Amino acid sequence: MLQRLASARSGGMTVLVGAVLLLPFALTNNYYYEVAILVGLNAIVCVGLNLLIGYAGQISLGHAGFFGLGAYGSAILSARYGWPGALALPSAIALAAALAYAVGRPILRLKGHYLAMATLGMGIIISIVVTTEDRYTGGPDGMSVPPLGVLGWTLTGERSWYWVVGGVLVLTVWLALNLIDSPVGRALRALHGSEVAAEVTGIDSARHKVIAFVLSAALAAGAGALTAHYAGFITPGKVSFVHSIELVTMVVFGGMASTFGAVVGAAVLTTLPQLLTVFKEYEMVVFGGAMMMTMIFMPKGLVPTLAARLALRERTDEKAGHGT
Amino acid sequence: MSRTLLAVQGLSREFGGVQAVDALEMEIPEGIVFSIIGPNGAGKTTLLNLLTGIYAPSAGRIWFDGRDLTGRAPHGFAAAGIGRTFQNLQIFFNMSALENVMAGRHLHEPCGLLAAMLRVPALARAERACRAHARALLEFVGLEGFVGANSDAMPYGALKRLEIARALAGEPRLLLLDEPAAGLNPTETGAIDALIQRIAARGVTVVLVEHNMKLVMGVSQQVLVLDYGRKLAEGDTESVRRDPRVIEAYLGSEAEDR
Repeated sequence: MLQRLASARSGGMTVLVGAVLLLPFALTNNYYYEVAILVGLNAIVCVGLNLLIGYAGQISLGHAGFFGLGAYGSAILSARYGWPGALALPSAIALAAALAYAVGRPILRLKGHYLAMATLGMGIIISIVVTTEDRYTGGPDGMSVPPLGVLGWTLTGERSWYWVVGGVLVLTVWLALNLIDSPVGRALRALHGSEVAAEVTGIDSARHKVIAFVLSAALAAGAGALTAHYAGFITPGKVSFVHSIELVTMVVFGGMASTFGAVVGAAVLTTLPQLLTVFKEYEMVVFGGAMMMTMIFMPKGLVPTLAARLALRERTDEKAGHGT
Repeated sequence: MSRTLLAVQGLSREFGGVQAVDALEMEIPEGIVFSIIGPNGAGKTTLLNLLTGIYAPSAGRIWFDGRDLTGRAPHGFAAAGIGRTFQNLQIFFNMSALENVMAGRHLHEPCGLLAAMLRVPALARAERACRAHARALLEFVGLEGFVGANSDAMPYGALKRLEIARALAGEPRLLLLDEPAAGLNPTETGAIDALIQRIAARGVTVVLVEHNMKLVMGVSQQVLVLDYGRKLAEGDTESVRRDPRVIEAYLGSEAEDR
């Protein structure tokens, strides 16, 4: 069992690296690259959000706020104040992480619906600030964002962006898998399983909830900043409540408490609306439908459900093989 | 008698005008099995919740090994060396049996975030040791057959033992067992009896809250009887068994039969 778990881990990592390396052969034009980059960026957010929702069992309906904070933070620092991207981007992440820490300490005492409402409120506040502070953010019209540059070298072109995002995604997944399979990760899962039991085994539940919240916020902010620099333009739509719901849907659809599930969820639900561009206005219908179908037919999400099916079949095959 | 490990002074807890625990004085010597009995609603579980920091007392103080723990968070009580199990199972059902016990070792594992995410060699080594330790504990409580099992697929009796293994993983000096034999058949209860004795033999002081009198009278060196949150009687098993107030309040005719 443990061996299988370990092999599933390194096996999943191999599949992910292989997919990132081989995908360019299938990406025959720039539009496909663009979709792949968006998938990667959303997957980074979802891997982080999954640490919070799937593993630590704490809901957030406001993560688009952190995404937006990273996006607008990096955009404003580089466009309005002329900071180099290499400095603006980490500063924006640090800002979002600091806010997550400050907000997380009081609101993570709340549970269930109350936490959902509090994070929802936080997201809406950030969204309103972004929309109204038009001197900095350009208001509802959005703002243009300079490209990301490091020491005179500028990141341009779909291909370069693809490798950067792919690399960041692989690194994020690796870090997340390591974390989950460590004492800190066990503590996160433990407080999901039973908070009172976690506490009496010596786990500081408040501290660990804040760890998951800050990590997920930092990853959302990082992906947000990259998205802004990549697209060269950012609008308040990416900070909206709807975007928060999209992110949560990706996590739930792919599979809670499954890092690869988060990646698959982001991949499917980012690609699907792109395939259905004719129905652009109905994008949210796709998300709503996916959420309902997931809840009814596979409440554990796509990847865990498929993994369980596969394990079951393996077991029956083994039994058949041994003739018992 | 050996020195006092845990002492409470004037410990009280009120719930909306009801005194669940009322000005309780209690001293638990190190190295014994100390049982707390009493009718349903006598305040036994409330007392355990106070002794693990889950409830804050309305009044009174809790001393453990000479240190005042009053007002600490539950994880602070755990860090001081108090472990417990629950009457209603509080298993981490999202984890395997082995992982449950590994999580129980949290206090003794490196918990640096960066080291965890980068999986530094020292952490990988600590994880291997933690896994071996957890496996040994599962064997100690008789769950060697469930090492890789998902906890949500385990039978009730095994889960009771899993909670004990998880609590022991924290290497507590004081272990509080809240009705470990509730819902178990006589054979399983006998095994719990033997397990408690082996735990005590490891030098862990055990506080046992239990309704099964045969179990209590068999393993305890000292018994405290609670009624309406107050101490009704205290002493060795023989003196408590004979105490007329205890017989009237709790044991009833059942005890006279024995």
